[in-house]
Amino acid sequence: MSRDPSGRASSRDDASVREAMLAAVPSLRAFAISLSANVDRADDLVQETLLRAWSNLDSFEPGTNMSAWLFTILRNLFRSEYRKRRREVPDSDGTYADSMKTQPEQSSRVEFEEFREALGKLPSDQREALVLVGASGFSYEEAAEICGCAVGTIKSRVNRARTRLAELLAIESIEDLGPDRELRAVFSGGGN
Amino acid sequence: MKERKSLRPEGLVQVRAASARPDPTLNREIQTKIGQQLRAIYDDIVDQGVPDRFADLLRNLDSPVANGHAGNGHAGNGKTAGKDSGE
Repeated sequence: MSRDPSGRASSRDDASVREAMLAAVPSLRAFAISLSANVDRADDLVQETLLRAWSNLDSFEPGTNMSAWLFTILRNLFRSEYRKRRREVPDSDGTYADSMKTQPEQSSRVEFEEFREALGKLPSDQREALVLVGASGFSYEEAAEICGCAVGTIKSRVNRARTRLAELLAIESIEDLGPDRELRAVFSGGGN
Repeated sequence: MKERKSLRPEGLVQVRAASARPDPTLNREIQTKIGQQLRAIYDDIVDQGVPDRFADLLRNLDSPVANGHAGNGHAGNGKTAGKDSGE
């Protein structure tokens, strides 16, 4: 019961809040990079998110998901910044693909390149929904809250994202390697 | 080499349907791969951990936020002020 009911948490709680924020940084960065298509800008977004969160701690309800709260702030910051900078289109293949090239050696680099490229072709609202649910590990409900939309909207965005990616990846495979699936399997490392 | 347009002999309607809903087996295989690759890319960034700038930032937030434009959020913050560590 170290919380001051009239407002801000005590300094002891501040310490645990700081720790929770610190713990959220790696996934905040991953989300920010997936949104902004630029590592430096992503890190600035994360920094601004942390500052914003800290100065608005009063609006965080203890016991709720700190990580989801931070993701919400980050997404809103990105959206308002993005509206200001319309001329920069983060969805263009090259930019997005480059931003994700922090990868160490992977066994199937070609596939990853293709995947990044395909991911970059998705509309940003679909990509964001897919990342939140498919990589950040949020539930559809949490993702809906983060994006400020209905759960059904998130579901349909994720579905459309998956379908679109499947199309893009399948088409690329067929184009690159011919329609023979066995042959394709050989090229991609002989199956799983 | 324009073979792609005749992937399916059934005609245009079928081609459209096929592009909206590919072969289920292929689809499942690809969906699994999509999930794995998405997480691999994401986790690769997560695995980079916390860059120093953020650890420093959060450490320095220990003192009441010196955040020019939003100072009113800290009115009546007596407890933290009492713990001024002089950083």
